Parts: sequence; C-alpha cells; structure tokens
Amino acid sequence: MHFGFQTVTEEERREKIYQVFENVAKKYDVMNDSMTLGIHRVWKDILVHKMNPCPGTLLLDVAGGTGDIAFRFINYVRSVRQRQLQRKLKHHQNLSWQEIFESYQKDEFNSLGDSQVVVCDINREMLKVGKQKAEHLGYSEGLSWVLGNAEELPFDDDKFDVYTIAFGIRNVTRIDLALQEAYRVLKPGGRFLCLEFSHVSNPLLSRLYDLYSFQVIPVLGEVIAGDWRSYQYLVESIRQFPPQEELKVMIEDAGFFKVDYENLNFGIVAIHSGFKL
Amino acid sequence: MEGWHQLYPGHIPTSPLQKALLAAGSAVMALYDPYRHDMVAVLGETTGCLALPNLRDKMKNHPEGHRILQERPRIHLSTLDMARLQGLPEGSLGREYVRFLEDNKVSPDTRMPPKFVDDEELAYVIQRYREVHDLMHTLLGMPTNMLGEVVVKWFEAVQTGLPMCVLGAAFGPVRLSTRKLQVLATELVPWAIRSGLNASCVLNVYYEQRWEQPVESLREELGIFPPPAVRV
Repeated sequence: MHFGFQTVTEEERREKIYQVFENVAKKYDVMNDSMTLGIHRVWKDILVHKMNPCPGTLLLDVAGGTGDIAFRFINYVRSVRQRQLQRKLKHHQNLSWQEIFESYQKDEFNSLGDSQVVVCDINREMLKVGKQKAEHLGYSEGLSWVLGNAEELPFDDDKFDVYTIAFGIRNVTRIDLALQEAYRVLKPGGRFLCLEFSHVSNPLLSRLYDLYSFQVIPVLGEVIAGDWRSYQYLVESIRQFPPQEELKVMIEDAGFFKVDYENLNFGIVAIHSGFKL
Repeated sequence: MEGWHQLYPGHIPTSPLQKALLAAGSAVMALYDPYRHDMVAVLGETTGCLALPNLRDKMKNHPEGHRILQERPRIHLSTLDMARLQGLPEGSLGREYVRFLEDNKVSPDTRMPPKFVDDEELAYVIQRYREVHDLMHTLLGMPTNMLGEVVVKWFEAVQTGLPMCVLGAAFGPVRLSTRKLQVLATELVPWAIRSGLNASCVLNVYYEQRWEQPVESLREELGIFPPPAVRV
C-alpha cells in the first residue's frame, strides 16, 4: 500500500490520510486557491455544468468536505429553476396581477425545485469547515451533511440521481470498493461523475508540472498552512493515482456503462463519467 | 524530487530551489503575519547556511562551546529544576531566568525544532540558539514586548550573523511608535551593538552549569555592557 511515495499498510494509510485532512481542513480552501491559482474553481464549475442538473435532482457528493460542489449544485439548480419560473410567467401574460403574484408566491418557497444534495465525508474536521462555510454563505435549504466512508456508504441502494466525487477518490484506500458503493447507491439511470488529478502525457508540460508540483507546492504548504508534509503527500498521491484509461476500466468493472473521460488542462485534471443502466 | 534522507527527526530535505522559495515566502509571511513564529524559524534555517557553520566553528574552538556540542544540552521545562532555580539567590542567573519566564509568561518549550537544516550538527546549533534566546533576554534585561525583542535581535544579529536576526533587527522596528523608535535608535541599539561586538560568543556558555552565577558577573565575564537606564 502506498501513502504518497511511502509504503504502508491499508490501516496505516487510512489513518495517515485522516490526519492529513484533519490538519489541512482550516486552510483547505486557501491552499486550493494558492496551489492552482484559483483554477480549481473553474474545474469545479465545469463539473457541475457537465452534470447539468435539473430541479428535483438528488445529488450525493462524496468526499465533499468543504462543500464546493454542493454549493455550485445549489446555485445551478436555483438558476435553472429561476429560468423555469420566468418562462412560466411569460406564458401567463393574460392573467391578472393578483393571479401572477399568487403563482409566484407559491413557487418562491420552492426555489430549488425539490433538489437536494447530501455532502458525505469521512473527516469530521472537513465537514465542520463545510458547515461553517454554508452558514457564512447562506446555504441551508436542500443541503445535508453526513459523516461516512466512501468504501462503505451509509445509504440505501438505488437512492441518488447523481454521485460526484471531486478530488476525493485519490484519497480512498480501496478505490474498487468506492466505485462499487457508488454503483449501489445510484438509481438506475443515475450518473457517476469523478473529478480528479490525472496524468499529463505531453512530455514538456509534464516536466513543468512536476517541477511546479514538487518544488513549489510543499513550500506553499509550509508558508501558508505551516504544513509541508501534507502537501508533499498531496503531490505524491497524484503521481500514484491510476491514469485516465486505467480509471476508466476500473469504473467499467464496477458495472457502469458509457464510461468516458474528459481531460482538462492537458490532463492535469480529468472528469470521468459513467451511467448505471 | 528528493529522496528521503532524513538526517534527524523532523528533518525535511530540500532542494536549493525549494530553500530559496521558502526563504522568500517565509520572509513575506513573517512580515505579513507577525504571529507566524514558525515562519521566522523557517527563514532562519533557510538563510543560515553561512552563519551556522561559522557559529559551529566558534563553538568547536572554545572549550565550553566544544563541550556543549558534545553533550548537546537542551533547555526544556522537563529538564529544568524550576523549584531549585526559584530558590536561588536574587540576581543569580537561575533566579532571574525563572523571573523572566514568569513575568513575560513564556516557556522554553515553544521553540520550533529545526526542519530545513541539512546538517545534523548545525541543526543542533540553531536549536541551541533558539533555546538560549530567553537567556539573552535575561542577560540583556529586555522584556518580550516588541521593543525588547528588537533590541535582542540587534544583539543577536551582531553576535551570530544570522540573516534572520539581521532582517528581524532591520524590519522589527517598523511597527513601533516614534517615541519608542527614538529610544531604540539613540540608546538601546547602540548599546546592543557595542555589547554584541564586545562580548564573546554567547553560545559558548554552558548556562545549565551556571545557574548560581550572578547575572552581573556573567555579563562582565562575557563582555556585555550594563543596560541603559530606560524603561522598555
């Protein structure tokens, strides 16, 4: 078993990774911005756009920690809902003002259109930060926070429309189990989406990326978060993670169909997608 | 990518590029957030590559310093007999050191262990310098407020040549009031520099074996001039 470039047992790996995220939780967002120069926001935006959820969708965001995907999901369905309501109103041009006002009122309390997102994370500290963020930013409706392990989810079969895991699957010790669980909890017709660091095939870019990863990122970790080791682990774990094609096969092995991936930034990041049919 | 050649517990091997980035980053962060003492420590470690061997050699060539390098004494609450030190006569190093710790509410256990020094003996030298810092305060009679710290940094800069001390001495006063700056410039810094230049190397003193010695006597022995009569 590997923890970054070290060799450890499975149990040790889970323990070490738990500690990494316990340490980084408070500075997680700041570090993401510093390391990726804010680009991680764009990656996450692309993920949710690809998901293109309609109101009424039930999303499970695993390893969702500080809520980045959940908040974007809520924003997205809210704006889709807004457009829905506006279109409805346009078709009601011959109604009285009273009737229009009433119909708007009725739907106002359903600004999410019954969409819901469950954020599941194994790490208490990350969930804590996520909840605080939600409060601070004013997200409450349609949002739940659950402590759970991706390898053994505390949910029933066939429950969710979409399952996402953004920058989390790399930290799971048994990826195959996580994929099986993802399959289990998705409804038939449900979609699996995974956003993760992947492999850069372009040799020149790969060298530059390595240089940046190994020389700059741990330094940023030390200066900003006072934690070199966690960020050293982070860059090493990226190198240890299966490349695009291999992950695609693993997802297919879990039973998903129409499995595909999209490279972002030349493969620095990839979005894998699959369907439970 | 460096291999994991850990020279001592807590050691993180770094490439020259990483050291340069760390030095720059820690300097900026230390100025931006003065509560990041860990950044000051990192700055000291990444810029001390000339000063630390110098200090180590000074210690090697001195009988007491040499013994310190061999025996590697550490100053921790667990190794200090606080009760005994408190019972020592007024004016003795031990008594005044404990008084200093209590008055300023500090503890010797908050010193950062070194991480980025790529030599095990030099790592001890910088550790010793950190642990002896409170004794510098005691010997110089300076409290741990901003003004007192700056004065000690000037003394240490002259004594050790560590770039981190030089930077701290130069940039520390930035946050002081004009009145304090005046006292600093006219009385305290000149005294600190004169004492620093005149005194023998403060790392060559086995403080743990001199608790009974009166502070005044130790000052004289080292060559530190009596502190000016100003309130710090």
